[in-house]
Amino acid sequence: MSFEWIIKIILENGPMFIRGAGITLLISITGTILGSLIGLIVGVIRTMPMPERGSKRVALKVTNAILSAYIEFFRGTPMIVQAMVIFYGSALAFGWDMDRLVAAIFIVSINTGAYMSEIVRGGIISIDRGQFEAAHAIGMNHIQTMLNVVLPQVIRNILPATGNEFVINIKDTSVLNVISVTELYFQTKSVAGNNFRYFESFFVACIIYFIMTFTVTRILRFIEKKLDGPENYILCGNQMQVERPEDMLRRTKP
Amino acid sequence: MEKVVDIQHLSKSFGNHEVLKDIDFSVNKGEVVCIIGSSGSGKSTLLRCINLLEKPSGGQIIYKGENILDDQHDIYAYRTKLGMVFQQFNLFNNHDVLGNCVVGQMKVLKRSKADAEKVAMRYLKVVGMDQYIHAKPKQLSGGQKQRVAIARALSMEPDVMLFDEPTSALDPEMVGEVLTVMKELAESGLTMLIVTHEMGFAKDVADRVVFMDKGVIAEEGSPEQIFNNPTQERTREFLKRTLSM
Ligand SMILES: Nc1ncnc2c1ncn2[C@@H]1O[C@H](COP(=O)(O)OP(=O)(O)O)[C@@H](O)[C@H]1O
Ligand SMILES: [Mg+2]
Repeated sequence: MSFEWIIKIILENGPMFIRGAGITLLISITGTILGSLIGLIVGVIRTMPMPERGSKRVALKVTNAILSAYIEFFRGTPMIVQAMVIFYGSALAFGWDMDRLVAAIFIVSINTGAYMSEIVRGGIISIDRGQFEAAHAIGMNHIQTMLNVVLPQVIRNILPATGNEFVINIKDTSVLNVISVTELYFQTKSVAGNNFRYFESFFVACIIYFIMTFTVTRILRFIEKKLDGPENYILCGNQMQVERPEDMLRRTKP
Repeated sequence: MEKVVDIQHLSKSFGNHEVLKDIDFSVNKGEVVCIIGSSGSGKSTLLRCINLLEKPSGGQIIYKGENILDDQHDIYAYRTKLGMVFQQFNLFNNHDVLGNCVVGQMKVLKRSKADAEKVAMRYLKVVGMDQYIHAKPKQLSGGQKQRVAIARALSMEPDVMLFDEPTSALDPEMVGEVLTVMKELAESGLTMLIVTHEMGFAKDVADRVVFMDKGVIAEEGSPEQIFNNPTQERTREFLKRTLSM
């Protein structure tokens, strides 16, 4: 009976599933983080104000062209195909024998980066011009404005989209079995290949995938709430609000 | 008298729309100048050109004997010397009240956190917002936001404060609290350049009133002169229209 098989499969192959799930999480966490960083950098570059003339203008134009080509290409082709092209292509072209895990993280990162770039760009554009101008008016340059005013708001605003990418990555790393990364799908295939119980084995994988994505969603929701801070503020009764406890001690002591 | 900023032959076009035409204008140290004029006459553009939020098409802006429109001039350092208060407040939404007043001091002027907070508290007290340092912008009323915006600009300790219709976006009952703060600042000797539609305020606090019309300075003089004995027909017309409202 199926149910007994499921128990048996879990008991016999537990460590394999766990290891697979671990690799899946490792690839998708690292890929999402690196991808988000790529997205932030690319998004900031693509929203830089265009200098009116000179070599800087040319450099920025060329960079923007390359970056949009990158975004279009990776968003316009399936990751499973990119994996094959990059892994086997690098072996063919440069004679590299890429570590499969490194290749997997690389592919997920630049893929996520392509999507996140557009999400970040949208987030930057959605911050009202007034805050950029106020930052410039107190003497901040583009980078300072981005780091101190714009990006903190963008990061908060794109957190749901980032979480979404993370969940997608957990699921989509399964396609990386084509380059034999020992993630959860690959491990499940091995288990099923030994016991010929395809339904039961993949049912176990299914549950594990769901637990991972569900947990991640909850954690992200919690972080969002935390970042928003308290709904209300407390009025400060006296003028000593910025005093540290040490200062207060010093002041009250004669 | 020492000129804080001296503008010579300033012009600005958007495409082929000439918004400012050959403006000659300066602000003296300790002076309060109010700019009045109908909507679209180029008042905001003039203010925005002065702190280079818009790039002037021609002319010079002399600050401390140097033309800051020279290519090699450090416009970021120059901007810290001009405080700007916007009609829409433009507070940084990711910072609380104190953070808004501290971030520029720390990142641009490189002051220590303790120094920056001390300065910020001093000016937040001036605008009466020292009790609200932990409030986020979205938790404040319009009048409170504008007072924080004023404190933020003052915290950079600029040579001159520029105000672009600071009360125009406010509900009527909040206009008073902002004007009161501005009046106190004027009396304390701060150099101020104020675009405003509050004629009573201009009459009351301005040392000099500038009337702009269609991208030129049509007339300037003391408040008495502009409001009681304008020499230009268009000034008279504008005042008649505005004061009858
Ligand atoms: N960024 C811009 N692009 C094109 N035209 C502009 C821009 N900013 C202002 N203008 C035009 O310049 C003129 C003066 O505008 P503004 O300085 O805002 O006037 P005021 O502040 O006196 O109401 C208006 O006709 C306006 O349409
Ligand atoms: Mg205006």
